[in-house]
Amino acid sequence: MQNHFPLWKNLLILIVFFVGVIYALPNLYGDDPSVQVSSTRSTHLEQEQTTRIENILKNAGLVPKTLGKDKKDNILIRFDNTEKQMHAADLLRTELGSGYTVALNLAPATPAWLNALGASPMYLGLDLRGGVHFLLEVDMDAAIKQAQERYINDIRSALRTAKIRYRGVSGEQGAIRVKLKDEKTRLAAEQVIKDEFRGLVIDEGANNSELLVQLAKAEQREIKKFALAQNMTTLRNRVNELGVAEPVIQQQGENRIVVQLPGVQDTARAKEILGATATLEFRLADVEHDVQQAVQGHVPVGTRLYHERDGTPILLKRRIIVTGDQIVDASSGLDQNSGSASVFVTLNGIGAKKMGRTTRKNIGKPMAVVFIEHKTETRIVDGKKVRKKKKVEEVINVATIRDTFSKRFQITGLDNTQEARNLALLLRAGALAAPVDIVEERTVGPSLGQDNINKGMISVLVGLLLVLVFMGFYYKVFGLVADMALVFNLVIIIAILSMLQATLTLPGIAGIVLTVGMAVDANVLIFERIREELKNRNSPQASIYTGYEKAFGTIFDANITTLLVALVLFGFGTGPIKGFAVTLSIGIITSMFTAILGSRMLINWIYGGRRIAKLTI
Amino acid sequence: MKQNFDFLGKRKIALLFSGLLLLISIVSLAAKGLVLGIDFTGGTLVEIGYQQPVDLVTLRSALEAKGFGDATVQHFGTAKDVLIRLKPKSGVSNAQLSSDVLAAVNSNTANHGEIRRVEFVGPQVGDELAEDGGLAMLYSMFGILLYIAWRFEYKFSLGSVAALFHDVIITLGFFSITGMEFDLTVLAAILAVIGYSLNDTIVVFDRIRENFRKLRKGRAEEIMNTSINQTLSRTLMTSLTTILVLVALAVLGGEIIHNFAIALLVGVVIGTYSSIFVASPIVLALGISKEDLMLPEKEGAAIDNLP
Repeated sequence: MQNHFPLWKNLLILIVFFVGVIYALPNLYGDDPSVQVSSTRSTHLEQEQTTRIENILKNAGLVPKTLGKDKKDNILIRFDNTEKQMHAADLLRTELGSGYTVALNLAPATPAWLNALGASPMYLGLDLRGGVHFLLEVDMDAAIKQAQERYINDIRSALRTAKIRYRGVSGEQGAIRVKLKDEKTRLAAEQVIKDEFRGLVIDEGANNSELLVQLAKAEQREIKKFALAQNMTTLRNRVNELGVAEPVIQQQGENRIVVQLPGVQDTARAKEILGATATLEFRLADVEHDVQQAVQGHVPVGTRLYHERDGTPILLKRRIIVTGDQIVDASSGLDQNSGSASVFVTLNGIGAKKMGRTTRKNIGKPMAVVFIEHKTETRIVDGKKVRKKKKVEEVINVATIRDTFSKRFQITGLDNTQEARNLALLLRAGALAAPVDIVEERTVGPSLGQDNINKGMISVLVGLLLVLVFMGFYYKVFGLVADMALVFNLVIIIAILSMLQATLTLPGIAGIVLTVGMAVDANVLIFERIREELKNRNSPQASIYTGYEKAFGTIFDANITTLLVALVLFGFGTGPIKGFAVTLSIGIITSMFTAILGSRMLINWIYGGRRIAKLTI
Repeated sequence: MKQNFDFLGKRKIALLFSGLLLLISIVSLAAKGLVLGIDFTGGTLVEIGYQQPVDLVTLRSALEAKGFGDATVQHFGTAKDVLIRLKPKSGVSNAQLSSDVLAAVNSNTANHGEIRRVEFVGPQVGDELAEDGGLAMLYSMFGILLYIAWRFEYKFSLGSVAALFHDVIITLGFFSITGMEFDLTVLAAILAVIGYSLNDTIVVFDRIRENFRKLRKGRAEEIMNTSINQTLSRTLMTSLTTILVLVALAVLGGEIIHNFAIALLVGVVIGTYSSIFVASPIVLALGISKEDLMLPEKEGAAIDNLP
């Protein structure tokens, strides 16, 4: 029998349609403004905390819509409106204190039965929900340089341990120069370095009492990989400290990191925190030598010249007592005596031991806190952009050691509470292994995001309506069939995007709009063929059959090439273009299914298997 | 088919027309170039939304007073929306820039705005995006060339790629002449145009191939003309539905994708034209003959019988 699908084919199409509807459904339910509470200490949130939050909210008269755990075991509190949400977030932030991250979130209001099926709405991109996108570049040169510095120290101590006298170990562009007394010691030193440091390559120096040591290629790669991984960890910690729901931190290429913070509005602060490479060093001040002489260029051995914030020069001992790495916790607050902003610091075991030893020996002497920050400046020199890195070192505080202290102490001398808060956050979250620069930023405010959603929706709907009306008008019954196939297609596209949890962006919506326009192409091709066949005086049934048959090859070729272009777009595109490519590709594939199989099923139902005199096409 | 328009007979006129459009486009691209968006040049873009309409002159003077003399300020969509562009700036970290700009424009007016959007693209990223975009275009052209040569014949492949270059150059020319901003989304649109225009061309080619094999009589020109006429209503219908949705997108989609929609619109119109008047005449000029398409083995037959 012509124009009749076997049962399995009909069932297959209907099942695909049914599944498509189910998985597209969550997108209709919208979001609840909610507050997400998570622990910063990777401990699980227990019933105890939930009860505590319930009580805090109850006391303030805030009634949440629901309160429960989300998939990642955070506590999620949903509200009816954003006012209550904001109020609750402020309240919880102050009441819960440090140790918890309180973030604003828009939680999908998907009903439980859909959640149970694993259905969830599409993931909206930052241009639709508002937020910040940063592309950070890790300064790998700095990472290599730091590694080189480490090796210089290690080589010195290795040579000392091996009792080899050296005249100097110094770093230069891409290499370490080891100067020795003569050829004999050179050979000995070469042996020591070869044995101890696998990651170094030894070259001949300028003369036979010199060695030129370089970092091996593999070692450099390792260092870069490590710097990137370490930076991503640090950034993740910092983002957690900022309180962002659903942040994205991803590697891109060899030396870049993408950071996406949905819903973040205070971008200046976000940038400051992400890009900051601030760390602290604690050093003893040198009181035996004259500072003025040092300013004139006679810096005594074992000391370095620093400046305080007001510009006063000060001499500090070269030896560092403790660095920022050894800080395990830091919180900001007010100094009880002076009332000025301060940071309370807790050191780890090694740091505490060192600090204790130093302070015990140096009671009555001044100790300084050095604040180190890396900054990048872009200058235009001869029409070319030159980026310059600057290391800013400031002494933020000099205080006399009154008593032995080790594990816990406080730092004063900060300008204001904001600075104290930022410093505490940075110290807690750890230092970046290498400085990062923001090379790209895209911020979208929440009002614009909502605007974009509305505009995108309207253009999809209006475009769809226009095409539906036009097709129905031009192809009559067949046109209506094509219309159903088109709606079916749209449902499947949304279902697939939801299942993949692909990010929907504004260009992505544009891709859907374009698909709507182009998806009917397959049906147009088929219907035109049927019309031709009818004109050639073929029977209606035969015309339908040959029409579908002959159009297929054309549709296939035409769509494959478009798909080819969409794939290239996907491969080369960044964020927004990728979104467009994804929806376009999905749309092309699904349109083949709906326009050829879906429409055929309907046509078969309407016309198949019976004698007909005329087709309304 | 009732209508039987002599498309290929008009190919000299079409050649003249296309040649003229190409000439204008190339001259404009060479002389005036494209107004590149910050995606490619690098720099900062700040969009600020206001409750009431704002006066650009006031904003400009406010910016100038705060040291943003090189900023370009313009309305974006409505009089309540303003777009401020800054060149890559020396000595200023990007972190503060957008808030500084907001503070500057709010300094001498009671009508305070809020930041709607900030885009900052570092110079090196801009260069990369431009390079990647160019490569994407070349790779897709090359992929198409190979695919069509494999599925059809190399003459068709040359004809379609020539038509694609034609479409891309004229669309670029349109952006150059109108001075509309060329950003990443427009580049995506142009790649989509390549896909679309090709889709159109292939449908025509497919029919030409079919007719060459089916119609034993007739000169190449006649067969091609018949093929174009047979596919004409489909070509126009699909272009029409696509144009319908694109107009909806251009009018209702908002400023951010406005240029994207315009690029697609121009491209679709040009692409429809080129699939009829450019691609086929080139194939004809390359001397296509029945022998080129008479297949030794039945290629494509397996696919034709699938559903």
